[in-house]
Amino acid sequence: MTSSEVERTPEIASATTDHGRHLEQIWKTAPGIAGFFSTVDHKAIGKRYIVTAFAFLAAGGIEALIMRAQLTGPSEHLLSPEQYDQLFTMHGMTMIFLYAMPILSGFSNYLWPLLLGSRDMAFPRVNALSYWVYLAAGLFMYAGFAIGAGPNDGWFNYVPYSTRPYDPGLNIDFYSLGMIFLGISTSVGAVNFILTVLRTRAPGMSIDRLPIMVWGTLTASAANLLVVPAVSLAFFLLWMDRQFETHFFDVARGGQPLLWQHLFWMFGHPWVYAIVLPAMGMVSDGLPVFCRRPLVGYTVVALSTVATMILGFGVWVHHMFATGLPNLALSFFSGASFIVTVPSAVAVFAWTTTIWLGRPVITTAFLFFSSMIVLFVIGGVSGFMTAAVPVDWQLTHTYFIVAHIHYVLIGINVFPVVGGLYYWFPKMTGRLLDERLGKWNFWTMFVGFNLGFLPMHLSGLRGMPRRVYTYAEGMGWDWLNLITTIGSFLFAFGVLLLFVNLVASLRRGRIAGANPWDAPTLEWSVSSPPPPYNFAVIPRVASRHPLWEDRLAEGGAVRSSVTRGMVLDHGRETIATTPLDGEPDQILKMTGDSYAPFVLTLGMTVLFVALLRHWWWVVPVSGLAILAALLLWLWPERELDQVAETRS
Amino acid sequence: MVPPVPESRRSNNLVIASAVFVVAPVTAPAQAETPLGYLRSFGAMAHAITPLTWGLLIISLVVCVIVIALVLGGIVLKRQAGHITAAIPLMRGGDGAGWVGLGVGISSVVLLGSMIWTVVVLAAINEPPSKPALTIEVTGQQWWWKVRYLSDDPSRILTTANEIHIPTGKPVRVELIGADVIHSFWVPLLSGKTDVIPGQTNVTWLEADRPGRYAGLCSEFCGVQHAHMGFEIVAQSPRDFEAWWNAQLKPAATTGSSVIARGATLFAYRCGACHTVRGTEAGGAVAPDLTHLMSRATIAAETLPNNVGNLSGWIANPQAIKPGTLMPTVYLSGPELNDIRSFLLTLK
Amino acid sequence: MTDAALPLERTGPLPVGPTARRGLGWWGVLCLIATEGALFGYLLFSYFYFAVQHDQSWFPHPLPSFRLAAPNTIILLLSSVAMWWGDRGVRRGARGQLLTGVSLALLLGIVFAVVQCFEWRNKGFAWRAGGYNSLYFTITGFHLMHVAVGLFVLLTILVWSMLGYFSPRRSAPVLIASVYWHFVDTVWLVVFATFYVTPYLW
Repeated sequence: MTSSEVERTPEIASATTDHGRHLEQIWKTAPGIAGFFSTVDHKAIGKRYIVTAFAFLAAGGIEALIMRAQLTGPSEHLLSPEQYDQLFTMHGMTMIFLYAMPILSGFSNYLWPLLLGSRDMAFPRVNALSYWVYLAAGLFMYAGFAIGAGPNDGWFNYVPYSTRPYDPGLNIDFYSLGMIFLGISTSVGAVNFILTVLRTRAPGMSIDRLPIMVWGTLTASAANLLVVPAVSLAFFLLWMDRQFETHFFDVARGGQPLLWQHLFWMFGHPWVYAIVLPAMGMVSDGLPVFCRRPLVGYTVVALSTVATMILGFGVWVHHMFATGLPNLALSFFSGASFIVTVPSAVAVFAWTTTIWLGRPVITTAFLFFSSMIVLFVIGGVSGFMTAAVPVDWQLTHTYFIVAHIHYVLIGINVFPVVGGLYYWFPKMTGRLLDERLGKWNFWTMFVGFNLGFLPMHLSGLRGMPRRVYTYAEGMGWDWLNLITTIGSFLFAFGVLLLFVNLVASLRRGRIAGANPWDAPTLEWSVSSPPPPYNFAVIPRVASRHPLWEDRLAEGGAVRSSVTRGMVLDHGRETIATTPLDGEPDQILKMTGDSYAPFVLTLGMTVLFVALLRHWWWVVPVSGLAILAALLLWLWPERELDQVAETRS
Repeated sequence: MVPPVPESRRSNNLVIASAVFVVAPVTAPAQAETPLGYLRSFGAMAHAITPLTWGLLIISLVVCVIVIALVLGGIVLKRQAGHITAAIPLMRGGDGAGWVGLGVGISSVVLLGSMIWTVVVLAAINEPPSKPALTIEVTGQQWWWKVRYLSDDPSRILTTANEIHIPTGKPVRVELIGADVIHSFWVPLLSGKTDVIPGQTNVTWLEADRPGRYAGLCSEFCGVQHAHMGFEIVAQSPRDFEAWWNAQLKPAATTGSSVIARGATLFAYRCGACHTVRGTEAGGAVAPDLTHLMSRATIAAETLPNNVGNLSGWIANPQAIKPGTLMPTVYLSGPELNDIRSFLLTLK
Repeated sequence: MTDAALPLERTGPLPVGPTARRGLGWWGVLCLIATEGALFGYLLFSYFYFAVQHDQSWFPHPLPSFRLAAPNTIILLLSSVAMWWGDRGVRRGARGQLLTGVSLALLLGIVFAVVQCFEWRNKGFAWRAGGYNSLYFTITGFHLMHVAVGLFVLLTILVWSMLGYFSPRRSAPVLIASVYWHFVDTVWLVVFATFYVTPYLW
């Protein structure tokens, strides 16, 4: 359909149904199995991420409930210590790696092109690849658990316990290789997000008009790019020690156990900001809609997002305060850990002020977005306490920390995500979630969560250590654990109500229409669900709130336009703009559906299984297959104008 | 002969005594109920940390109350009557940044103050208040604690396990050695925790104000029996501590009835590859020294009270009590178990 | 919402498809370099974490020799220059220069890899011998893997050049490959300085 044209002035027109039909032909995915394995539609990939992440959330939740059953009272015998150790490791690994980041990737994948006024992510096939690799890596790690050889040294997997002499089975090999595998997904996904936001925005969407969620994911992606290699390297060095007797971590031959902790936490701390900043962005974008006004302090909130991440690079040693480091280092990292809370305070006060200076409407989404502020602060202050080194020497490795991490992760990731579901489910499916069930969902989750985790602060202050499969009576922990177990089950019931609401509303929810919330951003200007091509014509953006402009008198004389814009229908195309000002500077040819990402993932899976099982002859074979697949993937395509124009 | 107490000190003592009689009934049950709770302190390092803990805790609670009030207040006072979002008219933006600035400003002041207080406390506990009276070398290994009391006099170096005695009123230097994986040495009522890391010797210090038993535990996940790797600090007056040390130095007496002699021999044969009982043939170094086993209140690293029943059960089947422990379940017939137990019961 | 379409209409002709520095591939390879560069950063962090805990006796004695490594460094540098020259050729439309530059870069890169293997053989492939050796083989191993990928990329560019895929406007892959190759070269300079130069400073 295309010639290899070098330049073109994009046609500008008002959107018509003819445009829509033509674009539909260009952008639609093949039906059935073929389409399932080959689609690069960011909306399909986003939904897959969300569904898969929730499946892992359920798995991790069940693991937690089994542990809570064991810990209901002292000296119970439901689980053996080895079983318990695998459960707490799988729970942490699942929630932090297989749920918390992928769920945000899923929302970002689905929403970004719609938020940015574009037709797809910058690298559609890489997008598909990042999902397939995530699925494969998650299943790879769960395969270990399924055969009774699940990782069992906690999600941060300290050496020397995770080295071969102390943990000789396949458990840690599954974890090491699985994490390296997963790191590939995270890294390529991060590149995709960075390039999408820097280059593929609607004309006029300057950098100060980006939704905060975009700032959040952009920041997280930039951080991931720089820190994922640290954890991949740590696991690679461990894997080498375990298979080939190198001496990175074995003390007897000169290894350094603390090197593991440095590498892991240099990754781990930025990671925990990466799994909350996009969710905070969801609140920054969604809460104002239900307060019927723009966010208070957009600029400082955007800047604080970036500041949190940058400061977050400088605090990793606060996970190592008890390891015997010199006082100077301890003081520096303690100070940095105090300072990093300042940008978070910016967000908390911005949200709270938005409620006070707005007109809050108590929908389910609003309840999740606003309650999150409270949970955030509770989690934040327990973190504040641990920033003080001498206090941390009492608090660390007790249930106080377990309380802290759950308040920050459930409070700043899960609650915004559920709020985001109530907010964006109508856009994704065309139907609203049930509000009455939603209120029940909210209250059971909120009460259950607090009932479960508030007492943990107290059991931690009473000295209950982490990662114990049982405890003695008479320590003052018994009734606290009982309440925690009851609360956890109530919270789980709340999550079940969410699943019920999702399933029921998919079939019988009220039809939503394009903009059920009267929200301001671009995704609400297209149908629910959106057509495969997102926008019939590329919008032109003149403010942060394109759909609110005429009522807010923002943006001056120039107005945003969604009904008239660039058509760009000579194949799969979208517009590229300059990174800061959002001025159009290139017409991008986007790749279409392809089996290459799926095939490449299969090849990588074979490679990792071969490494796990020491099938050394398979390794170079699969390696070559992967290179061949990459070569085919990257082969220049005439249709995408990647080949020199012919002379004849 | 005790010298007479001067008048002024007598009245001081009276004050202290009455304070103790008031405070003790309040804290003593609390200590018994929550033996690992560290909101109260019983030694110099903990005395320095606990006020900071309380201070930051109170600040945290105040912050939570304020934020909850603000959020709830905003929702309750400003909420709209209708539930149809689209029906509520929009408001313009552009205001409110000042409030954000105010909140962040106040938070920053509190944070700065907390930071300074932290640095001060950290500097204060870096070194013990006076020169340590004693150095103890503690080796953390799966899943028990080897304790060596160091001395300039080699004949006084003492090796025991799990129950650590210290003199009151003076700092004790603790050198932490890691034999296998990372553990963490923690006595909540007396001090913060310090990790035990193979390849490096971490140093911490303890000081207890008054005699008592202070529970300790491993607090870094170290394998399947991490949950059962406790220890106990027994603080004694300096005089009692000296007496205890001298008693511990004595080897076991293996004279006595034939049952005991038989038990000693059997013990050396079946258990001596791992355990040491000084004065017998048993000289193994990979398991706790049992020379004065019956002087300890608990066995199996604070897992069980040290009585006849528990001792028998532990010897007969350690895997049932601590699954995965490195002490194997050795088959012993009834008489053999009886002999060994009788022998062990003499090790006071 | 009005349809005021002021600046919109005045967009002139825009380039279609990837051009050298505006294409997504260019930005993509920069991101790749950032993440791989970070990886080498962490590798060298590991090395120095070990090294600062020991004195000079931790290093192998005699200290690593420059006999093979120094000329090899020159070879890799020349390889980068050749690639840069070839990339200039494609943007000027000089196909011969492109083919010569890429071929030369590929050849010199292969020589580098072979010499590196000899260097490994001189050390007896003894990665198990202790912390230093584990680090040496792992870090130079990672570099060699990146070289191997780079050689594969150069070979691909050579084939695509011979197939006539490139022109001054459509030359993005050549630039991308060139930048990646320069990155590999830069990493080598840092690795070389770390292993061969810094022990003398201890």
